[in-house]
Amino acid sequence: MMQVGPSAFLALAAVLFTLGLYGAVARKSAVMVLMSLELMAVAVNLNLVALSRFITPSEMTGQFFAIFTMVVSAAEIGLGLALVLAIYRQTRTIELSSIDELKG
Amino acid sequence: MTETVNGVAFIILAFACIGGAVGMLTTRHVVHAAFWLLEVMVAVGGLYLLLSAEFLAVVQILVYAGAVSVLLLFVIMLTLRSREDAVRPVEISIGGGVLAAVFGVVMYVAIAQYGDHVAQMPAVVPDTAALGELLFSRWALPFEVASLVLLTALVGAVWWSREDDRP
Repeated sequence: MMQVGPSAFLALAAVLFTLGLYGAVARKSAVMVLMSLELMAVAVNLNLVALSRFITPSEMTGQFFAIFTMVVSAAEIGLGLALVLAIYRQTRTIELSSIDELKG
Repeated sequence: MTETVNGVAFIILAFACIGGAVGMLTTRHVVHAAFWLLEVMVAVGGLYLLLSAEFLAVVQILVYAGAVSVLLLFVIMLTLRSREDAVRPVEISIGGGVLAAVFGVVMYVAIAQYGDHVAQMPAVVPDTAALGELLFSRWALPFEVASLVLLTALVGAVWWSREDDRP
């Protein structure tokens, strides 16, 4: 049986977070940026749950942190998508490069 | 006695996660990207099962694979003016690539240095009932605050996304 330690989970979460970071910077559509943010939130949650399992299995501290992170990221995606809809209604586009009214 | 995580299952799920994330970032079709994200979310739910966090696995499927994906698809469909708008040009950002590469190298160094300091997997596995008891005793106050956060976000989302009929 192959052994999988905590560093394997940490490495996987780091890869997911890196991909999400790249997506959040590189993609030009507001919805795609929000999806990349969700990817980063999931990577953080994976870290929390893995470390909770390996370090504090009976207190489950990381699992509770992950639950509250899920709450915050659900609120974030709801508000973010509402903002995207509001912006679309005003400007008829969700391209981030064309949302530059406040640019000095 | 120490438990272990099933290595084969971990590798399959990790492959699904990374493949889904790469698919999400490389596909040109926005709707396809949403479905790739859905696949990543389901795979992460499987990883939670491997870590014996059954409640979180169910919540992950319900919240991310259920609610968030449907919300994303709704907004994608609502903000497309024509079918052709869904296919986007290839977007490559050198700055983003450099930023992500630097972050990845830092993370790799940190994990290589400190990752193995963590102990072996303990055999103690509390079940979902224990998680519920702790959630409503020690974590009761954060739980209530979290419900307020969700309520505020709900009201705010409705407020922002309604039709603008103000004079």
